[in-house]
Amino acid sequence: MESCNCIEPQWPPDDLLMKYQYISDFFIALAYFSIPLELIYFVKKSAVFPYRWVLVQFGAFIVLCGATHLINLWTFRIHTKTVEVVMTTAKVLTAVVSCATALMLVHIIPDLLSVKTRELFLKNKAAELDREMGLIRTQEETGRHVRMLTHEIRSTLDRHTILKTTLVELGRTLALEECALWMPTRTGLELQLAYTLRQQNPVGFTVPIQLPVINQVFSTNRAVKISPNCPVARIRPVSGKYIPGEVVAVRVPLLHLSNFQINDWPELSTKRYALMVLMLPSDSARQWHVHELELVEVVADQVAVALSHAAILEESMRAQQQLLEQNVALDLARREAETAIRARNDFLAVMNHEMRTPMHAIIALSSLLQETDLIPEQRLMVEAILKSSNLLTTLINDVLDLSRLEDGSLKLDNGVFNLHTMFREVLNLIKPIASVKKLSITLTLAPDVPELAVGDEKRLMQVLLNVIGNAVKFTKEGSISVNALVAKAESLRDARTPDFIPAATDGHYYLRVQVKDSGPGINPQDIPKLYTKFAETQTPPNRNSGGSGLGLAICKRFVSLMEGNIWIESDGLGKGCTAIFVVKLGSPERSNGPVVPFASNALVNQIQSSFGGLKALIMDENGVSRTVTKGLLMHLGCNVTTVASSEECLLAASQEFKVIFIDLCMPGSDGLETAAHIRKRFSKRHERPLIVALAGSTDRMTRESCFRVGMDGCILKPVSVDRMRSVLSELLEQRTVFEPL
Amino acid sequence: MDIVQLRQRHYIDFMKSMHIENYLDDQFTQLQKLADESSPDFVYEVVTLFFQDSEKLIDNLSKALEQPVVDFSQVANHAHQFKGSSSSIGAHRVKNQCVKFRAYCEENNLEGCLNCLQELQQEYIVLKSKFEYLFELEQEILKNGGTIPTMD
Repeated sequence: MESCNCIEPQWPPDDLLMKYQYISDFFIALAYFSIPLELIYFVKKSAVFPYRWVLVQFGAFIVLCGATHLINLWTFRIHTKTVEVVMTTAKVLTAVVSCATALMLVHIIPDLLSVKTRELFLKNKAAELDREMGLIRTQEETGRHVRMLTHEIRSTLDRHTILKTTLVELGRTLALEECALWMPTRTGLELQLAYTLRQQNPVGFTVPIQLPVINQVFSTNRAVKISPNCPVARIRPVSGKYIPGEVVAVRVPLLHLSNFQINDWPELSTKRYALMVLMLPSDSARQWHVHELELVEVVADQVAVALSHAAILEESMRAQQQLLEQNVALDLARREAETAIRARNDFLAVMNHEMRTPMHAIIALSSLLQETDLIPEQRLMVEAILKSSNLLTTLINDVLDLSRLEDGSLKLDNGVFNLHTMFREVLNLIKPIASVKKLSITLTLAPDVPELAVGDEKRLMQVLLNVIGNAVKFTKEGSISVNALVAKAESLRDARTPDFIPAATDGHYYLRVQVKDSGPGINPQDIPKLYTKFAETQTPPNRNSGGSGLGLAICKRFVSLMEGNIWIESDGLGKGCTAIFVVKLGSPERSNGPVVPFASNALVNQIQSSFGGLKALIMDENGVSRTVTKGLLMHLGCNVTTVASSEECLLAASQEFKVIFIDLCMPGSDGLETAAHIRKRFSKRHERPLIVALAGSTDRMTRESCFRVGMDGCILKPVSVDRMRSVLSELLEQRTVFEPL
Repeated sequence: MDIVQLRQRHYIDFMKSMHIENYLDDQFTQLQKLADESSPDFVYEVVTLFFQDSEKLIDNLSKALEQPVVDFSQVANHAHQFKGSSSSIGAHRVKNQCVKFRAYCEENNLEGCLNCLQELQQEYIVLKSKFEYLFELEQEILKNGGTIPTMD
């Protein structure tokens, strides 16, 4: 801005130039005046402007400059001194203010500049935050996807659904082209393509599990980028030229039940993994982002857990199903077994009865024959017949009682007998058969074997006969030796049966019998089979071994009832066989007079010394007779109840009574009717009480009427003690009383 | 000789005589066999019971025969009962009398019945006194520390 300092111009002013200056000054003034106005206007508008004082100064400076230029307008013509003074004042003021402003600006401009840098900085920061915000949002998206995926996967317990859902949801979330799951085969040596996203039925692609790329994926629990050309990624046939998208693979651990310990997380020492392969769309520039990989890893873990849950559930359902089936089968088997047992019992009962009748006839007639005059050879023969038939009867009884044996409810008939005689008789029975086979039998009784013993003679004989009989049966040539001795405690311990520790007590001793044969022997492995009921060891084809395998099993049970043990030793095939049994026998405390030899009286053998609380019911109207009969039965050890009338008898009769005695002596008494009623009430053969009539005479008519109403026997009164004893014995053995005509 | 042994000898002789005279038969021997540790007084109890029963029966019999109209079947029943009891303990002679009694009843022979009844009573009284004597002997033997001898 130029101000003319001349008061009076020297030359006459040039009009054009003057005009232009005049106009320019005018406009300058205008501008100078409007600028502050604009400033004020805009500053007023803005909320924040820290430099008001500067503004004022600046405003003043501009206004004064404008004023100067305005006043300059008047100085183009001749002007008065006042104008000059004003002009000078204005210029002076302007000068002052402008210097002040200049000074002020020195302070302000750096500040303003720094504001600019801060602004830039903040803009950068905002951009960064924006970026991060974007990232977080993406992550949250991912998280949502994972939760949704997990929810989908975990909402089902079906393995296939889980896997299919995984693939579908992953494909959708990540917008994949293809997603595949490879499962290890049973052998664990290959991976088989199990599920894919796009293809409906993946057909048996397999890939060996030992590929390096697979090992690489299995060795880490992170998702690994793999080449699109490796076998697991090349699922679909390559068609056309396209750049395959990036492929990522991740392992899915297949956890087993046994991996879950209570307080630990499952150790990933499980060797089985499945492989999940994910392919991005081809021909897109998409790349795998970190958050996508993380998503894949999380999903893989969730799938593993869901799969193991599904596996556990499957397992437990299968087990439950199996149990159910087994239960059904067991139930059926049990019912069949029960039916079979019942059928067997019925059959045995019937057969038993049928068998007993002729046996009984044989025994009775042989004993009668014994009474007649016989030459010694005949007598011997008859005795042998009697002995054998008695044994046979016992055998029949025992076959029937096999179930009772197994229940353990069978009791031994203990009595005093002569041990030596028993051995000799057994040998006599076997000798004929042995001599036919040209086998020699020797018996050695140790000197300390006592003469007398208390035990079940018949059953002991049966065991002995069975053992020796087996020896004879299976030996074709050579000899059989029987050794009997009293066993000492130490020698009784058998390594094979460590739980059998015989304890010698007072009044008892253990008899050890050893039967050694020179037969073909037994393979040591077959020895346990001998004791099972019907199993037979392998016999060479030229052996004629008939008969059921019942014998040795029964012997074993008898021997164990006698608190003993039986076993077989053999050195092997071709080296013979030794059967050994040990039984506990009592020593008789006092000798009860002359010992009755076994064969003297067939019926005596069946006598029991005491009937052990046998429950009996007596019906008799006569008080004295009732008391006498009661005393008789009580003397024999029975548990007796008496009634005096048939009403009382019918009331009292129950299955707890084994025998009911009905006195028929009163004429016009209803003893027979009572018997008929009782018979009708208890119809089952086994458990019903036996009904016996006590009659004053046993003529044919009485006996017939007795049998007609179903009584089991008819006895003549008065009854002696011995007679009653033998009647009871017979009753219990044969369930009928055989009364000689 | 010891007093116990004396008594025992006497007991045996008396028993033998009762048997020989048929007052007692084999059944009584059987009865004696039934006495054991659990019921040592069995014989005594049965015999006492017999006496009670018999007295009742004899009473019934006399009453029945005194009726204006005699019910012979009733009488026969009583006689049969008596026969039963007596044969149970082996009272032989009494039993035989009962048999005869029954026979008369069947014939409806009142006279015979009455006679029989009298004889029956006689037999019964004799038997009873013999038994009482026997039991006294037993008590004496036992008191002196001996045991009752058994007849084989």
